Amino acid sequence: MNPANQDNASQTDVDARIAEIDRIGREIARMHANDVDEKSRFPIEAITALKAAGIFSAPIPAEYGGVGADPIELARGCAALGQHCSATAAVVAMHHTQILSAVHHAKNSPQLQDYLRRAAKENRLIASVTSEVGPGGDMRSNSCAVEIDGDSYTLTKKATTVSYGNYADDLMITARKNSEAASGDQVLVIAEKGQFELQDQGAWDTLGMRGTCSPPATVVANGAAWQVMTTPFADIATYTMVPTSHIFWSAWWFGLASDAVNKARELFRAKGRSNPGTTPMGAHRVADLSAELQKMEYEVFGLAREYAEALAADDSQKLASLAFSLRINTLKLNSSRAVVAIVSEALSVCGIQAYKNNGPFSLGRHLRDAHSSVMMIHNDRIQLTNAALLLVHKGN
Amino acid sequence: MTIEIIARVKTVLKTQAELNQDVNGLDIDADLFAAGMSSRATVGVMLGLESEFDLEFPDSMLRRDVFESIRAIGNAISSLQT
Repeated sequence: MNPANQDNASQTDVDARIAEIDRIGREIARMHANDVDEKSRFPIEAITALKAAGIFSAPIPAEYGGVGADPIELARGCAALGQHCSATAAVVAMHHTQILSAVHHAKNSPQLQDYLRRAAKENRLIASVTSEVGPGGDMRSNSCAVEIDGDSYTLTKKATTVSYGNYADDLMITARKNSEAASGDQVLVIAEKGQFELQDQGAWDTLGMRGTCSPPATVVANGAAWQVMTTPFADIATYTMVPTSHIFWSAWWFGLASDAVNKARELFRAKGRSNPGTTPMGAHRVADLSAELQKMEYEVFGLAREYAEALAADDSQKLASLAFSLRINTLKLNSSRAVVAIVSEALSVCGIQAYKNNGPFSLGRHLRDAHSSVMMIHNDRIQLTNAALLLVHKGN
Repeated sequence: MTIEIIARVKTVLKTQAELNQDVNGLDIDADLFAAGMSSRATVGVMLGLESEFDLEFPDSMLRRDVFESIRAIGNAISSLQT
């Protein structure tokens, strides 16, 4: 596992990269967000612009040709995009988690390091295939298995959802490590474009997050044996996939919630200007919204910092501890509840202006997108896990 | 680590670990996770061991590698009993 590479990351460079992500979000992602939502289509304009700006290689260390952005910077990028278009932010958040899963566990594989060099150079976009018909959303269980024959592997997986699979360069797929292996004895497989076939098994027509284009699909992949990562998936999940996904998702939800609060503030500023000297009815609730948003921000970036520091110190003991698992799981529970609560309250306080689908203060898309947060690894599953962990964990 | 500890560890694994094979057929160094023990089942194993041996694992020992084999578990329990 490589510590976070912060060597070249002067704060000015970081701020410039975040400003560029925010610009793409504001000028491109936001402009197409309603169309993406309405047509349930991929946010191709924003993703193309982010790719051209090198955002997908940002998590890759400089030694492989990337930027080596740490998890705090990556979370800031997700938050910036979350203000403008949830689908775009979700794609970037998921990609970052996938590429870091390779970055953190490439130490003993020269071929995987070569892959990272290619991924950095070409800004390859990676999608994940973790859910499966049967085990469902239980990421730590598979029924499909990799078959290795000499120097090559084959794998067929029936996934319940594959987000932006048809737009990704590469896929990262979980599977049992062989046909004899237990359901929890998993590996992570990197399938490159041209090495996999994705057969959609249904439509993606959902309440929100319509632009992620995540239908059920069957994946048939084959390639070289090195593409089956040697680090057990249990470790990749613990050290990388679970913490980064919860941090980056929470950052995106923070961005989404901020945009809802910003709309409420803008509306109330206008009300304030139209009747100076009188605080508009409902304005105290806008103040409460700002307070809730501040709590969310501190929790998201607090955990991002904690994770970045543990990575930089190569503190695997901390990352593998139940205490840290509990905190990361709790971040996901808290931020998914917060985004739903904040967007709902903003809708209520803005009234008809937000309830309308066709105005500048419309919050319908925000509300529909926010509700997906509960089921991206369902909160019921995470609560059950935390409840079990708390039976054996003694400290705070 | 005594034979008695190993036998009692196996009793707990038999009821809690949800292994896909008979625990008595397992080598004491065999990977329990490879033998089917899930992360979720690990919590049951931890609680079962705390009950069986009347002890509490400190948080620093609640790690995957401490529970990865019969030997690792036995060593952990021995270290808490001395």
